[in-house]
Amino acid sequence: MRAISKSFQGIHANQDINLCVESGEILGLLGENGAGKTTLMNILYGLYQPDSGQIKIDGKTVRINNPVESINHGIGMVHQHFMLIQNHSVIENIALGYKDTPFFFPKIKIKDKVEQFSKKFDFHIDITKKIWQLSAGEQQRVEIIKALLNGADLLILDEPTSVLTPLEIKELIAILRGMKAKGHMIIFISHKLDEIMDICDRVLVLQKGKIVGSADTNNTNKKSLARMMVGRDVVFNINRDKLAKGKKNLSVENINVIGDKGLLAVKNISFELFQNEIFGIAGVSGNGQRELAEAITGIRHISSGKVKMNGRDMTNKSPRQIYDNGVSHVPEERIRFGIAPGLFLYDNAILKQHHLKKFSKRYFLKYKQVKNHTKSIVSQFKVSTHSINNQIRNLSGGNIQKLILGREISEQPQLLVASHPTYGLDVGATEFLRKHLLELRKQGSAVLLFSEDLEEIFELCDRVAVIFDGEFMAVLDSDDRRFSDIGLMMAGSKRIDPMEKK
Amino acid sequence: MIKIKTTDRYNITTLRSFMTNILCLLAALVVISIIFLIAGVNPIYAISEIFLGSFGSFYGIKETITKAIPLILIGTGLTLAFRAKFWNIGAEGQLLMGAIFATWTGLTFGEALPPYIIVPLIFLAGFIGGGLWGAIPAILKIKYSINEVISTLMLNYICAEILTMLIVGPWKGKTRFGFPGTNNLPDSAILGLIPGSRIHYATLILAILCAIVLSVIIYKTRFGYEARVVGENPDAGKYAGINFLKTSLILMAISGGLAGLAGVGEVAGIHHYLGYPASISSGYGFTAIIVAWLAKLNPLYAIISGIFFAGILVGGDAIQISLGLPAATVEIVNGTLLIFLIMGDYFLNHKITFQFSSK
Repeated sequence: MRAISKSFQGIHANQDINLCVESGEILGLLGENGAGKTTLMNILYGLYQPDSGQIKIDGKTVRINNPVESINHGIGMVHQHFMLIQNHSVIENIALGYKDTPFFFPKIKIKDKVEQFSKKFDFHIDITKKIWQLSAGEQQRVEIIKALLNGADLLILDEPTSVLTPLEIKELIAILRGMKAKGHMIIFISHKLDEIMDICDRVLVLQKGKIVGSADTNNTNKKSLARMMVGRDVVFNINRDKLAKGKKNLSVENINVIGDKGLLAVKNISFELFQNEIFGIAGVSGNGQRELAEAITGIRHISSGKVKMNGRDMTNKSPRQIYDNGVSHVPEERIRFGIAPGLFLYDNAILKQHHLKKFSKRYFLKYKQVKNHTKSIVSQFKVSTHSINNQIRNLSGGNIQKLILGREISEQPQLLVASHPTYGLDVGATEFLRKHLLELRKQGSAVLLFSEDLEEIFELCDRVAVIFDGEFMAVLDSDDRRFSDIGLMMAGSKRIDPMEKK
Repeated sequence: MIKIKTTDRYNITTLRSFMTNILCLLAALVVISIIFLIAGVNPIYAISEIFLGSFGSFYGIKETITKAIPLILIGTGLTLAFRAKFWNIGAEGQLLMGAIFATWTGLTFGEALPPYIIVPLIFLAGFIGGGLWGAIPAILKIKYSINEVISTLMLNYICAEILTMLIVGPWKGKTRFGFPGTNNLPDSAILGLIPGSRIHYATLILAILCAIVLSVIIYKTRFGYEARVVGENPDAGKYAGINFLKTSLILMAISGGLAGLAGVGEVAGIHHYLGYPASISSGYGFTAIIVAWLAKLNPLYAIISGIFFAGILVGGDAIQISLGLPAATVEIVNGTLLIFLIMGDYFLNHKITFQFSSK
């Protein structure tokens, strides 16, 4: 791939990217979320068209308009979320995606071929089983068979290990090595340093849509890769007032939470949070942050462990009970959880608060107060809309976000759980929000801040935990010098024991 | 080659929404005309007969209003359920259950009580009957994730069979001379009519009151707010701490209860006894779905769309007689209208553009 560029609505997702893979090579693609890894691969797979640049295969310039053409060029892709039909058997799923499947009796015709393949690469898979009976690792192998059967020389794996157990990861690595030995090319997307070092021959590091480094895995080490990925040495630029810790507000004791994929997403995490404190949780997203936030705010079930607020047990209480105990939540997937798109702005401005005395009297809502409240949020948080009698789906993403933030913050919560609060906001709004968080802290609230933006974390937080794969790699004061290795911790290659001294 | 591209449409004005509905009705009329042509009938004549039959004479108007009563009641109830995206296809069964409860109450207590006690009592019984029948799918949906379209639809058949079993078995009346059906309700339990018509005015007033009350519930109360949030985005509902079981139970009890009231009107106002399911309700529960949809899920508009569809039912009867068309004609007309209205909704929310390319 040569000089590939692609932008979405003025934001460069990929800028002048050059990439080449040789046969028998495993290429790692490393970068934080939103660095442009998946966009780049989707261009190669024909899902997107590049704005500029060209793709060459075996020396010939090609134009890939859609995934079918990409398959014909020998490119296969295994997505992060599997594209399998749960109620069909393995063989049926394979037949469905195979280009030479006959119209009649498809299963019989391709059965031999699948078995032959599965033997060649040691897949160990029962092709008569239904997909829902298989583990995530086995489903992934079905996806790989599908790609190989269509003659894929180049296989793209998008974060293949995120759904696997450690044992399955080992099996996957063995399969990939076998494929490499037979001359296949593999592009391996990940943000986990250990795996990249383990599997890949060469690594490209992406950051904000650009390639910021490339190296042979033999000639580099995790530390320098981590630095490339995070993009800078961590700077300590703190200009917030020192405040004495207040009373204990929240304590989380050894909680375990199961994620959407059925695996443990939060593993035995404990921490405490005090008044007048901002506690940051840094990490690449998808490492259990969302599940942790949802567990604390009552949306997700906690399988074991305890959450206490002001000394009261709030484990697995309903979201409303937790809200009534002074906990606000700015959810990560704001559009999905935070709004009812077809309702008016003022309807959305009281979501979660509509049962409070000031907005409702017996069975009725006090729409006059509701509208005044909405107007004050709109003016205070500079939500641009022509009217509060507007359906919220007509607003841009940034403006929706400002409204949600205004709603959650203006209530002076005792604890604010904020997931990526500034994501997608413009500079001015970001600045305003950060000031507001510090103001909340001054007034005695506790803030639990999830963010991928290290600058934000270090600017705002008193203490920082680094989360990786559902575990805390370190919990330190934010001015601790050991944070120079935060890149390694975010990629799971370094852990600081809480007992360890400076 | 023509490429078709769809994009979401924002800022939908009332005018556009209104015009889309009119266009849909016109488009549906064109298709209906083709069907009439195939049946060998002059479509302009047939369609004008439908509207003359329903709105063109004093008798027609009286009949139209009679049939509009159950449609308005059920239709308003459905607007609430559909707002919360609870697809209640079971109003027919809820109507019958209301009729069963009302008949039992009327037959048991009617002799002893004066009209001003027994009439409110049978309406209450009908509301409870329909409400309970409506609550079953709500529990099934929230507790066991059973799709409400299936459960409400199937409960229609169960209720119809229960009713049939009652009227051929334990409730069979002596005055029916061996035919299935209960005895007539006592006079005190029978609803008064506007003289010279079949309009049972008590139910008509109740229907209009219900539409007003329901629009207050939907737009002004906390419960209505929660129902709308759940309908718009269940995830946001969960996040906002809304109790899904409670919300669904209440809204289905109301939606089913209103259908139950319609059942009371049919039994106590028109038939005076409980007969076969098909004679108690001629598919009002299904026609009301279109009523609610044409009303854009606004209970007040349901009054107008209820009268409109009642007109089609009455006019349909008229052309059956005058043109000798089969009874299913009205259903074809209704079904076609519904399909076009639903399609109209899609075109209202999406913008379709055609791109012509040389290749």
